[in-house]
Amino acid sequence: MTGVEGYMYPNEIRLYWSVLIVLYPYITGLVAGAFILASLERIFRVEAVKPTYRLALLTAMAFLLDAPLPLLFHLGHPERAWEMYFTPHKTSAMAMFGYVYLWYLMAVLTFEIWLDYRRDIVLRSQQTKGILRVIYKIMTLGSSNISERALNIDERVGWLVTLIGIPSAFLLHGYVGFIFGSLKSNPWWDSPLMPVVFIFSAMVSGIAAVMLFYMLLTKMRHKTIDMRCVDAIAMYMFYIFIIDFSLEMLDLVHRIYEANESFRSLNFLVHTKLYFSQIILQILIGTITPLVLLFITQVVKLPEIARKRMYTVSGILALIGIFAMRWNVVIGGQLFSKSFLGYTSYKIHLVTREGLLVALGLTMLPLIFLWILLKLLPPWEDEGAHAPAAGD
Amino acid sequence: MNGFKDIEHLFRFAGLFVIAILVFLVVRGFIVPKSFGEYGHYRAAAIPQIAALPLHYAGHQACISCHSDIQAVKSKGMHAGVNCEACHGALEKHVLDPINVVPVKLNTAVLCVRCHAASAAKPKSFPQVNAAEHANGIACETCHNPHSPAIDAGGTK
Repeated sequence: MTGVEGYMYPNEIRLYWSVLIVLYPYITGLVAGAFILASLERIFRVEAVKPTYRLALLTAMAFLLDAPLPLLFHLGHPERAWEMYFTPHKTSAMAMFGYVYLWYLMAVLTFEIWLDYRRDIVLRSQQTKGILRVIYKIMTLGSSNISERALNIDERVGWLVTLIGIPSAFLLHGYVGFIFGSLKSNPWWDSPLMPVVFIFSAMVSGIAAVMLFYMLLTKMRHKTIDMRCVDAIAMYMFYIFIIDFSLEMLDLVHRIYEANESFRSLNFLVHTKLYFSQIILQILIGTITPLVLLFITQVVKLPEIARKRMYTVSGILALIGIFAMRWNVVIGGQLFSKSFLGYTSYKIHLVTREGLLVALGLTMLPLIFLWILLKLLPPWEDEGAHAPAAGD
Repeated sequence: MNGFKDIEHLFRFAGLFVIAILVFLVVRGFIVPKSFGEYGHYRAAAIPQIAALPLHYAGHQACISCHSDIQAVKSKGMHAGVNCEACHGALEKHVLDPINVVPVKLNTAVLCVRCHAASAAKPKSFPQVNAAEHANGIACETCHNPHSPAIDAGGTK
């Protein structure tokens, strides 16, 4: 049989979770990570990262809108997805997660963005014309009160929402790790460390994405990159990356030391079918290289241009490495037989419902969402809506 | 009253939430079938609908009511626990019209290896053969009686 080595049970030959299920944790991870970066400014008062606060919220929103789409494309009957909300089964982690997703989308992210932008929305509803005016009018929800006291209340409520948002973001992504980590039938996934590793890698990917977006968008706007901000983001990314890498290594060392009945089979897998994606791409290129680059930026006083380049390369490599991590978890966990006697292969198709083109489209889609959000709600302080001057 | 004016917009957002929850509950009321959850996490009305579907399998008792001779052989052999229709296929139509609907004769060279082809996944105690080496294309029933396959237990040699 093509792609099969050794003995596979009949239901193990074909992979049921495709590249779209790789994308799903990757995208939700970007959401959670971007939100954590936003909370750094809001809750932990890290003033240096303020220029990215709004951008981080919009990035989280753009990716959150995209997050369920890979799952819907994966389903044979996407129109039945609603059943999960209408008749949820209490023992289904996925059904409970549906509510976590809605909670995070509506109660946390939409509410926080609305509170933060309310002043801008009200002013734009008065300054714009045509369809944009109608959109902004709807977004004001009929209230144009932007008095100092009202905005002050918004600020305090926003702080509370962010505070609730941090555990919600952890829940959102910790759950994705939980789904894999709680599958006791699969030794590649079955680990209580899985949700924790997912959360920390999510934070790294989200922070890297917002950092790259900030640098790219600032360059496109012909403005100066705030190096104090980027330096602070890179520093946090470095620290969280170290925790993430340590946890992943702890998991690895634990598996090697424990060496249970699955170890020989999984060890063989890592050294053969997963060698490129795990050892080369995830660990060497996607983790150790950006960690070394970020380490250099922390200990050596480098000129601004060199730091920018190193941050860019580190960010891109971290994003590649974390995508590889999701790939190795999702695809890797389906490549070996429960009999530990055989291995199958995953061949990605090009134009099928779960093929490469759909995956690329769903990866690009959040960028379109982000572009629309950036046009509708510009996050830049120098482009914000201005209150009409006295006498207008 | 002025105090409320400054938090009125928050109530508007909360109102959106309440409306969304109400819409959800109304839609749920229409979409979820009335009998859902009566016995378990499924639609209770599905049970009589499924029961009304045409039958395909007649069941072991229907077979042995006519083929008691086969049952006598089968009950003494290793296949005693194998249902007749597991090999012969669904035969409800044959039970309803035994004269006109006659089951096709099975090709044992193909049929037997479905279960007895050698595989590492099967317990060692389960009889399994490499068909090409074991029979070289000869039908299994040449040596084994499918209803009681052990050769020393009355199979025709």
